[in-house]
Amino acid sequence: MDEILTLISFGPNGWGDEIASGILITITLAIATLPFGLILGFLLALAKKSDEPSLRAAANIYTTIFRGLPELLTLFLVYYGGQIILQQVFRLIFPDAQIEVNSFVAGMVALSFVFASYASEAFLSAFRGISLGQYEGGYALGLSRIQTMRLVILPQLIRLALPALGNLWLILLKDTALVSVIGLSDLIRQAGIAARVEKEPFLFFGVACLIYLGLAMISSIGITLIDNWSNRGEVRR
Amino acid sequence: MTEQVETARPRAVPGVPSARRWSNEKILGHVVMVFWALAGAGLLSYMIRDFNPEFMDRYGIKFVSGFIVTIELVGLSLLIGAILSLPIAAMRLSKSRLFGAIAYGFVYFFRGTPLIAQAFLVYYGAGSFRDFFSDIGIWWFFRDPWYCAVFAFSLNTSAYQAEILRGSIQNVARGQWEAASALGLSKPVIFWKIILPQALIVALRPYGNEVVLMIKGSAIASIITIYDLMGETRRAFSRSYDFQAYIWAAILYLVMVETLRRVWDRFEARLTRHLKR
Repeated sequence: MDEILTLISFGPNGWGDEIASGILITITLAIATLPFGLILGFLLALAKKSDEPSLRAAANIYTTIFRGLPELLTLFLVYYGGQIILQQVFRLIFPDAQIEVNSFVAGMVALSFVFASYASEAFLSAFRGISLGQYEGGYALGLSRIQTMRLVILPQLIRLALPALGNLWLILLKDTALVSVIGLSDLIRQAGIAARVEKEPFLFFGVACLIYLGLAMISSIGITLIDNWSNRGEVRR
Repeated sequence: MTEQVETARPRAVPGVPSARRWSNEKILGHVVMVFWALAGAGLLSYMIRDFNPEFMDRYGIKFVSGFIVTIELVGLSLLIGAILSLPIAAMRLSKSRLFGAIAYGFVYFFRGTPLIAQAFLVYYGAGSFRDFFSDIGIWWFFRDPWYCAVFAFSLNTSAYQAEILRGSIQNVARGQWEAASALGLSKPVIFWKIILPQALIVALRPYGNEVVLMIKGSAIASIITIYDLMGETRRAFSRSYDFQAYIWAAILYLVMVETLRRVWDRFEARLTRHLKR
C-alpha cells in the first residue's frame, strides 16, 4: 500500500506531478476546443434551419462527414493531412519550408470539428423548441434580426440546448484522450509512461480512469449549476 | 400625415422573404456549396493523380480484411454487450438498493471514462496480474489483444445498452402495467408481451446510435495492435507514407456508417408504421 502511495505521490519518487501536468493539458485542450466548437455548431444550426436549400445542404454535408468518421481518424486526417496541405501552401512562398503541425492545435481543430457537428444538432433541436411568436414579438418591438437573435432567442436557446450540450462536453472531455496517440502529453500518455517505467500498468491506468471520473463529476456539478442559472426565470413546478 | 408614411422609405422587414432574387443566405449557401464541390474535386484529382497501383496491389486486400475485422469486432462486442446489458438493466430497475448501486457504479464507470483508457486498462493492466491469471489459467485470454478489445468493448457497450434499455422500459406508461394486471396477466407475461415490445420501439433510435458509436469507437482497437480497418490503415501509412491510406479509410468508414444509418431508418420506419398518423 505504501509503495502505491509513493508511486502516485508528488516529488522525485512519485508520478504525481507528471500526472497533474497531464490533467492540466487534458483540461486545457477541452476548454480551448469548446468555444470554437460551440460557435461553429451554432452557425451550422443557423444554416440548417435556413429556408435556403443550398445552405441546408452545405451544412448537412459537413455533419454527415464529421459524425460518420471515427474521432481517431478525424484526428489523423487533420494531423497528417493538415501537415501536407500547409506544406504545399508554404512551398509556394518559401520553397524549402518545413512545416510541423503542433499536436495540441491538431487535436483542438479535430475535436472542434467533431464537437461542432454534434452541437449543431443540439442547437437545431433547441431552435425547434422556440415558437415563431418569439421572433414575431421581437420584430414587433422594432428589434432588428440580430437584436432579436441576441436578446430574445439566444437566452432561451441556451436554456433549451444546455442538457444536450452538457452531454457533449462530457464526450469532449473523454475524446481528448485520443490526442495521446499523436504525441500530446495528456493524462493518458503520462499514465502510460508511468506505467511502462514502473511496470504497474493497472495502477496507473486505473488512476487515470478515476481522474476522468472525477473530472466528469466536477463537470456534472458545473453543468447543474449553469442549468439552474439558466432556468432561474422559469416557474418551479 | 398619410403622405409622410407613403414617402418614408420602406425598411426591410425581418422575417419576411426578401424580394431580391439573391438573398445573402442564398449567396452564402452557394459559396459554401462551391467550396464543397472544389474540395471534392480537389480530393478526387489528388486521388487520381497520386494513385499508386503498387499501393493498391499491396494494401488493397489488407483494407478488405481490416474492414471485416472491424465488423467482426463491432458485431461480437455488440452481441455480448446486449446479453450483459440485460442483467445490468434489471439491477438498475430492481427495488434492491444494493443491486441498484452496483449497477449504477458499473454504468457510471464505463460511461464516464474514455474507451481508450478502458482498453488500456484491460490490455496493459492485465499484465499487473499476470501470475494470478496464469495460476487460474486465463492468461491466454488477457494476453491476446483481440480478446482484450472484445472484452473492453463489450463491457463498455453493455453499460450504454443497459441505460438505453432502462430508459425505454421506464418510459412505458404506468397505465400499461396497471391495465395489464387488471386483466389478470402475470408479471412475466406483462413484461415480455406488453412492456418490452413498446420499450424496444422507443429504444430503436438510441440502439442505432449506439451501433454507430461502436463502429467509430472500434477504431481505438488499432492502438492496442489490432489490425482492424484503422489498424491496417495506420500500418499502410507508416510503411508507404502515402496519405491516400487515410482517405480510403475515411471513405470506408463513411460508407459503413451512412449505410447503417439509412438501413436503420428504413428498419425503424417499417417497425413503427402502425404508429404513423
